[in-house]
Amino acid sequence: MPTEAPEAPQAPEERRRGTLTSGRGRLADPIFKWIVAGCGTLVLIILALMVIRTTSEAWPVFAKEGFFGFLLGDEWTSGGSRTEITGTYGAWPFIYGTLVTAAIAIVIALPLSIMVAVYLTHMAPPRLAKPLSYTVELLAAVPSVIFGLWGLHWFLPNVMRPFFDWLEGVLGWFFLFEGPVLGVGYLPAGIVLAIMILPIMTAIVREVIAVQPLDQQMAAYAMGSTRWEVITKVVLPASFSGIVAAAMLGLGRALGETIAVLMLIGGSQAWGASLFGTGSSMASHIAATFGEATPETRTALMAIGVALFLVTMIVNILARVIVWRLGQTKGDAAV
Amino acid sequence: MSVSNTAANPRDPESGVTAPDTAAKGRSTPELGEPVFDVSGLSVVYGTNRAVRDVDLKVGPQQITAMIGPSGCGKSTVLRTLNRMNDLIPGARVEGKVTYHGEDLYAPEVDPIEVRRRIGMVFQKPNPFPKSIYDNVAYGPRINGMRGNMDEIVEQSLTKAALWDEVKDKLKDNAFALSGGQQQRLCIARTIAVNPEVILMDEPCSALDPIATLKIEDLMYELASEYTIVIVTHNMQQAARVSDRTAFFTASVDEAGDRFGNLVEYDETSTIFSKPSDQRTEDYIAGRFG
Repeated sequence: MPTEAPEAPQAPEERRRGTLTSGRGRLADPIFKWIVAGCGTLVLIILALMVIRTTSEAWPVFAKEGFFGFLLGDEWTSGGSRTEITGTYGAWPFIYGTLVTAAIAIVIALPLSIMVAVYLTHMAPPRLAKPLSYTVELLAAVPSVIFGLWGLHWFLPNVMRPFFDWLEGVLGWFFLFEGPVLGVGYLPAGIVLAIMILPIMTAIVREVIAVQPLDQQMAAYAMGSTRWEVITKVVLPASFSGIVAAAMLGLGRALGETIAVLMLIGGSQAWGASLFGTGSSMASHIAATFGEATPETRTALMAIGVALFLVTMIVNILARVIVWRLGQTKGDAAV
Repeated sequence: MSVSNTAANPRDPESGVTAPDTAAKGRSTPELGEPVFDVSGLSVVYGTNRAVRDVDLKVGPQQITAMIGPSGCGKSTVLRTLNRMNDLIPGARVEGKVTYHGEDLYAPEVDPIEVRRRIGMVFQKPNPFPKSIYDNVAYGPRINGMRGNMDEIVEQSLTKAALWDEVKDKLKDNAFALSGGQQQRLCIARTIAVNPEVILMDEPCSALDPIATLKIEDLMYELASEYTIVIVTHNMQQAARVSDRTAFFTASVDEAGDRFGNLVEYDETSTIFSKPSDQRTEDYIAGRFG
């Protein structure tokens, strides 16, 4: 055994060696602070550069059509010019397609994700809950092109098509379900989007529900609540802001999803109220036409990009306002 | 406020009855009476572990029964068998018999929801809902579909819990804004609001400061004229101060080396604290262990 190891200084005067100004703390913390602050700023700079660059590239289109003319115009005719804007560019059909498919997706996925999350946290036998949760989270990692392929080649013809035919037969008189049923269209795109965003939303809602304090639930049980009452009156209200966060994340993904929508929405430039109709979303239209676009059209696609950014932002702000307003009336501290 | 007790109730301050011979606030211990709970041969099994064994206990009406003992002696577990809260713990099983007014609490046709409506519970840590003070109290009456003026129910419950004067001007405020002691009294008000017969208290003061503890103890004393109260406490002085009867539990080890909780002695509080019949009780009371 090495016994010659230098002994720690023992004498009091030894312990007073050095000056108080030479410690590591004077440098280490400021350096760490600047690194972290730098990373934070970098994100903002990238975002600003992106917004400025796309907006300035898209500017000629906005200049010709007018800002609202571009957003609300529903005619899209590409021109072939290299230097000026000769076509007509109205992005409304794509904005509409984006909003409709995302709305369908969220309307289906939100209640489903809450129910699955409640099942996983409160109902499933413990032996099943863990593997099921992992599976759900795994699903969130499946690339969207796979959802698109599966949706188009199996789910659409085997499940959705028969369902749509039936739906059209029963509710065809209602403008949302007016025929003809073409197969691809807003509804199948929205449904596949719902399946796509379900895992990530479920994972978040499950997480939020799982961390709800058990003692509050016990208090509710001790007052004679049924499990249903504990979940709907105690657990879910307390999880409200988390559920909205999950919905916002799902909505963000649904709004921006490109490839699966491209494969299922039909790719037309039309728009109409019927959910069986075909159309395009903003992202799918960009992806579908960017390759062969003339310089002029490319500018117009850039403008769609700007519009998509705006729409996503507005939807997010709206959601936040809703949470904030509801939180105010409920006296919810957790917003 | 309808008080069901008679003038002879020693707790009624107007009755003028004082009995200086007991430790508990100078009142005489009432007769046990027709028992509310009759626990016999009770064991609680978690999985394969018989955590609590062979408990026999009778709880009298409109009295305060205290369960004391060191950690791990099973007193909270026994408390939770009285309103079937143990049902919520996966793998927990109850053996033996627990009757409530002669009715088997664990009979297959008994609805645990109704059991818990009648036998309320207050927990160790104050656990109000993240809602307004009003909504906290109104929760129970609402889910139980109680008829009547909700404002009145809320006011009555808060008054009984000695909290009304402190919160009457801020009923819409979030319950989390209250102090710990106030939150615990809110939880008591919330329990009272569903009109239970029994209130179980699981170490209700262990998270509170001495002043707040004293307020809760005074409150228990008040409530005992109307409700049957069973309290689990770590605090021997608390049991001595408030309870009529005390059950002393301890943790033992069997031949196989497994720890389990069991009831050592159950008697009037004054007896337990002055002349206990079991050496282990005496050691615990004297502070020699636990």
